[in-house]
Amino acid sequence: MTFDSPMLYLCTGVFGVLTLATATERVLFRRSKGEASPMLQNLKERIDSWWIMAMFLTAAFLVGRIGMVVLFAIASFLALREFMTLMRTRRGDHWALFAAFFVVLPAQYALIGVDWYGLYSIFIPVYAFLLLPIVAVLRADTQAFTRRVAELQWGLMTCVFCVSHLPALMSLDIPGFEGRNERLVAFLIIVVQGSDVLQYVWGKLFGRTKVAPTVSPSKTVEGLAGGLASATLLGAALWELTPFSPLQAGAMAFVAALMGFLGGLVMSSIKRDRGVKDWGEIIRGHGGMLDRLDSIVFGAPIFFHLTRYWFTV
Amino acid sequence: MTKVLRKIASSAVLATAHVVTGVRGVWAGCAPSSEQRIYFANHTSHGDFVLIWTALPKAHRADTRPVAGADYWTKSALRRFFVGDVFNAVLIDRNAPSESRGNVLAPLIEALNEGHSLIFFPEGTRNTGEEPLLPFKTGLCHLARAAPHVPLVPVWIDNIGRVIPKGEALPVPLLCHVTFGAPLALQDGENRDAFLARARDALLALRSRDGGDE
Repeated sequence: MTFDSPMLYLCTGVFGVLTLATATERVLFRRSKGEASPMLQNLKERIDSWWIMAMFLTAAFLVGRIGMVVLFAIASFLALREFMTLMRTRRGDHWALFAAFFVVLPAQYALIGVDWYGLYSIFIPVYAFLLLPIVAVLRADTQAFTRRVAELQWGLMTCVFCVSHLPALMSLDIPGFEGRNERLVAFLIIVVQGSDVLQYVWGKLFGRTKVAPTVSPSKTVEGLAGGLASATLLGAALWELTPFSPLQAGAMAFVAALMGFLGGLVMSSIKRDRGVKDWGEIIRGHGGMLDRLDSIVFGAPIFFHLTRYWFTV
Repeated sequence: MTKVLRKIASSAVLATAHVVTGVRGVWAGCAPSSEQRIYFANHTSHGDFVLIWTALPKAHRADTRPVAGADYWTKSALRRFFVGDVFNAVLIDRNAPSESRGNVLAPLIEALNEGHSLIFFPEGTRNTGEEPLLPFKTGLCHLARAAPHVPLVPVWIDNIGRVIPKGEALPVPLLCHVTFGAPLALQDGENRDAFLARARDALLALRSRDGGDE
């Protein structure tokens, strides 16, 4: 990773925002005189967890491509574990599940590690899609077969295939941008996660009208509009990190943030269907790994392909 | 040498349990403590006692001994090493002829008298059917009579039957919870069947909605 001024601004910016958040939360805590509301308590846990996540990401960035591949492989494993826990697997799925976790997942990230685009872009949608039902059918359990096969494929697509497009950004060949691809990863993460935080803030300040009352009652039109607009501006402001012009960076940020919002809705309705509020409890204050990744899941492949189509040779 | 091996093996078991199941102890009815207890749990897999053991406070693990069937756990040297040296299990002879039945639980009572806590599966065998919990064998009642001063803590284990179903050698990663309920004891004048029914209900009450097939 080349450590020039945009990268320096980025690190200062990210850790500056976190320091500011922690300082604000401390002041609010002091004012509450030991009677912190559950919301403030949750805010504190969320910010503390953000510090830890930012440190993991920074470490992976410093290691470079391999660090990124390993970090997101672990994130995928944790996400898929949460996803499949809530699905209705049967004993007959055992071999297929085992293959998904210990063959398909490592293979997908290994293919990204060796930069084999032709295979990693179709490995799960084609090969896993065809091979896992074959593995499952060997166990001769036909009950709810379509549903079981579909749930496993959906888990692999969201938790592994989509998430793996973040480290895959490292292999894009963009003229004049050589050796700086990790900035695309940083750009996408900051814009999508920033959009989540900004939607939350706008929603808390001005939220009146629910945007999807049955699927996700806490999301509001005001939060969505304010969040998307400010995430677009944030993306445009970060254009120097990217191969894009300011206008293009804003448009990319808008698409990624919009996909993040819609992806969040889709993942919410799965949680609702399975009767849970969070996917897990591995990240204090946030819930499970998938609660943090859900917006990235839908944004990453689209961002990857738009960039690949328009900006690579 | 064995001591080092034992340490390595127990760390490996703990690490595997965390990676595969992300196990979390939920102390719903009592606090984690190192007081002497009999933990009685539902039994669906050989991973059961590992999960309870992992969820216990570290200091309490060394003197908490799982109760395991001798017929299964003495079959190979590896099983004997894990169950004997790593977990310090109390083995019982489930196939004893009926005239010596009374002595089957003797090693457990001896372990209780030495001050150990026990992990006990009152169904007597692994449950692989559709029923959430099999009827209890009488063993739990015998233990409650023999050691009336030791609290009986119900422990519900979620999902582990999906992690390692009966007959499978390799685990798949799925999240598991271990829920500890409120302690109970045999009451004055309570007969065996009433006590076993009460204990079984207390255990079933801890059952949250499992994932898995419906």
